[in-house]
Amino acid sequence: MNWFYFSSPSTFYGLAGRLAPWLFALAAVTAAWGLYLGLLVAPTDAQQGEVYRVIFIHVPTAWMSMFLYFVMACYCGLTLVFNTRLSAMMARAIAPTGALFTAVALWTGSFWGKPTWGTYWVWDARLTSELVLLFLYFGFIALSNAFEDPRRGDRAAALLAIIGVVNLPIIYFSVQWWNTLHQGSSVSFKGTSMHVTMLTGMLVMSFSAWFYAAGAALVRVRSIILERERRAHWVRELKEG
Amino acid sequence: MSAPSRGTYSGGFAWAMARDLRLAWRHPDEIILTLAFFALVASLFPLGIGAEPQLLARIGPGVIWVGALLAAFLALPGIFATDFIDGSLEQMTLSPHPPLGWAAGKIAAHWIISGLPLTLMSPLIGLQYGLTGDTLLVEALSLALGTPILSLLGGACAALALGARGGGMLLALLALPLFVPVLIFGAGAAEAQATGLAPTPHLSLLAAALIAALVGVPAAVVAAVRISVD
Repeated sequence: MNWFYFSSPSTFYGLAGRLAPWLFALAAVTAAWGLYLGLLVAPTDAQQGEVYRVIFIHVPTAWMSMFLYFVMACYCGLTLVFNTRLSAMMARAIAPTGALFTAVALWTGSFWGKPTWGTYWVWDARLTSELVLLFLYFGFIALSNAFEDPRRGDRAAALLAIIGVVNLPIIYFSVQWWNTLHQGSSVSFKGTSMHVTMLTGMLVMSFSAWFYAAGAALVRVRSIILERERRAHWVRELKEG
Repeated sequence: MSAPSRGTYSGGFAWAMARDLRLAWRHPDEIILTLAFFALVASLFPLGIGAEPQLLARIGPGVIWVGALLAAFLALPGIFATDFIDGSLEQMTLSPHPPLGWAAGKIAAHWIISGLPLTLMSPLIGLQYGLTGDTLLVEALSLALGTPILSLLGGACAALALGARGGGMLLALLALPLFVPVLIFGAGAAEAQATGLAPTPHLSLLAAALIAALVGVPAAVVAAVRISVD
């Protein structure tokens, strides 16, 4: 088996088209299941009441916002080291979804913060570093589109993404390093302090967010491939066929 | 000037730093503009927010840091942009000196003509805000540790944005989020001193960040310059 078979845009185009509907279907199924668990089955929180149910959106999107940046930075590393075309296109395709999840995480967080903390926004370390992540996504998107030559944009934005990776551990550990208003994580590898249905609902929603992100990135990468390779033979055959 | 047959890191560093400093010396208006901008921004805040002495002493450390950060940011295009436009940057990449040396030299020169004057001027602005002796000292110390990080990170961003559409706005979007931690610790140090707490934790973190930036960022600057002149 040739491991690099799908590293060519022409072969990956077909694979992405076949995978994307399945990923979206899985995202819909897991979202329905996760929301059912989260909104109907999970018990009311003893301290926070019903408002805690925001976590079924907030935590998965916040996790994905960091994870997608990491995946994007890995693709960017491949771009700079091996000068591969497809990895740069994948990084471009992931960035808007990552920015969307970051914005949703900040937005849902502030809706949770108003009834619980009494304020929509505080300048604590977790919130500030997550906001910086949003600007890093915006900077990546802006820089990758700022050049006449798309390959130049790929490489410049890739380097920016790799510099920005410094921010990820800061976001992740901010609640431990600083005494912040944002609470620490209730979930760890050693165990959890949550009710089991709450945890299941949150994990199912995280899988849903992951499936959605993968599907959206693949759909977007297909249009990027078509745009970049519009003069290639196989794209013209696609149009005629 | 005859080109040496074999390049060295120190040779490239010294050459680029001397060249950029000489250029800055012959056009001193750029340094003066940076300092004038700093003083102007710092004098806008009392006019906009109110000039009660207690309020000024409270916001002073932060405002001075923000002003210095913005002035350092506006000076960023000076590192590479003119050399990129007239082709000198491309010639430098062809020189026998390794790029890590002369790129670091250019950034060092840039700090001497932007960060250092801003640091030296900060006590003067601090006096306008009614800061006391120790706070002025900590403010200047935190700027001395922080502005080199701004020059390094900003240099990487300025090299990335060479030849890009969107110019200054794009550079702001790239560089300012990366400046945020430097601002937090730098202003935090002076703030802590002003409120009677120890500034050393903030200064230590700032110094650690400076060491990390000195080690890591020049390589990123070189990679960015290579992408730009490709």
